[in-house]
Amino acid sequence: MKIGVLALQGAVREHLTLLEKVGVEAVAVKKQEQLQDLDGLIFPGGESTTMGKLIRKYDLLEPIRDFYRQGKPLFGTCAGLILLANKIEDADEPHLAVMDMTVKRNAFGRQVDSFEAKLPIKGVAEDFHAVFIRAPLITHVGSEVEVLAEVNGEVVAARQGHILCASFHPELTDDARFHQFFVDMVREAVAMR
Amino acid sequence: MSQNHQVGTDLVKRGMAEMQKGGVIMDVVNAEQAKIAEASGAVAVMALERVPSDIRKAGGVARMADLRIVEEVMAAVSIPVMAKARIGHFVEARALEAMGVDYIDESEVLTPADEVYHIDKGLFTVPFVCGARNLGEALRRVGEGASMLRTKGEPGTGNIVEAVRHMRMMQSQIRKVQGMSRDELMTEAKDLGAPYELLLQIHETGKLPVVNFAAGGVATPADAALMMHLGSDGVFVGSGIFKSENPEKFARAIVEATTHYNDYDLIVRVSKELGGSPMTGLEISKLRPEDRMQERGW
Repeated sequence: MKIGVLALQGAVREHLTLLEKVGVEAVAVKKQEQLQDLDGLIFPGGESTTMGKLIRKYDLLEPIRDFYRQGKPLFGTCAGLILLANKIEDADEPHLAVMDMTVKRNAFGRQVDSFEAKLPIKGVAEDFHAVFIRAPLITHVGSEVEVLAEVNGEVVAARQGHILCASFHPELTDDARFHQFFVDMVREAVAMR
Repeated sequence: MSQNHQVGTDLVKRGMAEMQKGGVIMDVVNAEQAKIAEASGAVAVMALERVPSDIRKAGGVARMADLRIVEEVMAAVSIPVMAKARIGHFVEARALEAMGVDYIDESEVLTPADEVYHIDKGLFTVPFVCGARNLGEALRRVGEGASMLRTKGEPGTGNIVEAVRHMRMMQSQIRKVQGMSRDELMTEAKDLGAPYELLLQIHETGKLPVVNFAAGGVATPADAALMMHLGSDGVFVGSGIFKSENPEKFARAIVEATTHYNDYDLIVRVSKELGGSPMTGLEISKLRPEDRMQERGW
C-alpha cells in the first residue's frame, strides 16, 4: 500500500512523517504520472488559493477526480479540506468539488484567533489534540456526509464515503490516530477493488 | 470560545509558518499589487510603504508602513498578510497585532528603534519572523519568541550572494552542532551566543525548531530555486517582483520555480516566459558600510 501527499506547497513533510509512523509507504506527489501507483492521497495544510492555482496549472484537477472515481480514498486537512469542497463561500469556483459540503475560509478570524483544543472525533479519539490555524469551517453538509467532530456546534471534521477531511492539522502533532483512521479506509478500499 | 481553547501558543504560531512552506511571500505596497501577488499564487503578502530597493533610494528613517496601506492590503486578499515593525519597536508591533496582521517581521529593512534589544516576541499572540545571518543570531531570535526565521541576505539589491552566504552558514553550523559530542555544546553555545537548550535541541534533531525561509536578494526564478536547494523552506521576494519589468510573470515564475526547484526543464520554460528583465542588481562591495541592512540587529 502506498499513500501520496500532494506536495505543491504546505505541510507536506509532517504528513509523510505520520504516515511512516503508522508503517505506510508515503510519497510526495508533484506530477500527475505519480498518481498511478497510489492507493490514497492526502491534501496537506497550506494556502488553498496557492494550491488551487498550481493544481490547475499542472492539469491535476481531472486526474485527481479520476483517482477519486476509481474508489481511492482522499484526505484533506485545512487547506486540503477547502480543495475537496463542492462549494466555497465568497469564492467564484470550487477546486476539486468532490465532497458535498460548503466551507467558509478563515472562519474563526485571522491568525491571532488561531487556537489549539482537545476534541472528541467520532471513531478516532476522545481527546484529539487539534490545532486550528486560520481554519475553515464546514457550514453545510449534504446527506451523504457524516459529521465526525464539532467545535461550538460547527462542523470541523467529516467523512463522505471514501473522503475524509478536517479543518484542523493532525499533521502538526505526533498523534497518528487520525492518519491510522485514514490508512484503515485506504486498506478497506484496496480490499474492495 | 470554551476554556479548552488556547490562542497564541508556540504550536499555533510556529504551525502558521509550517503552512507557508514551499511557498513564496511577496512584498506589496498597495491593494492592486496584493491582488496580483495572490493571483500569481503567493502564500502570503508583506504589506509595506516602500519595497526595500526604494527604501535604499529614499534614505532617512524607515518606519512601520502607513497603517492605511496595511488595512487596504488586508481588505484586498484572503491569503495571510504580514507587516514589518522596526527592530525593538514593540509599540509598532502591538499596533500591527491590534489591527489583526497575521505575521510581523521584526525587520532590519526598517531603521532599528533599539540598538541593544529586540522585541520580546514571546509575549505576543501574533507570530513573528526575524532575519538571521548565522545560527547564533537565529537561535537568539527563537529564544526571544520568533516563530519563523529567514536569511537576512542584503535586501533591495537583487543580489543573491548574501542570502546564499547566510543559508550556507546556518546549514553548516547545524551540521557541526549535530556532530558534536554533548559535552562540547555549552562552550559552543557560549561561542555562538545561542541559548543552550535550543542548541541541545538542534544537536538532537539536526534541524531548526522553526521554519527558515530565504530572503534578501531573490530576483529571478533560478535564485528562488537555488535557495530551495540550499535548504530554505520557502522564499520571500521583496523588490524582485514589482521592480522587475513584468511583475505578473515574475511572480508566477518564481512561485513555479519554488515548487519545482529540481525540475530544470520547468525552470527553463518559466525563465523564457518572463517577458522582461529582472530588477537592476547592486554589487554588495559597492555599498557603503552604513547602507548594509544586514548589519542591523544583534
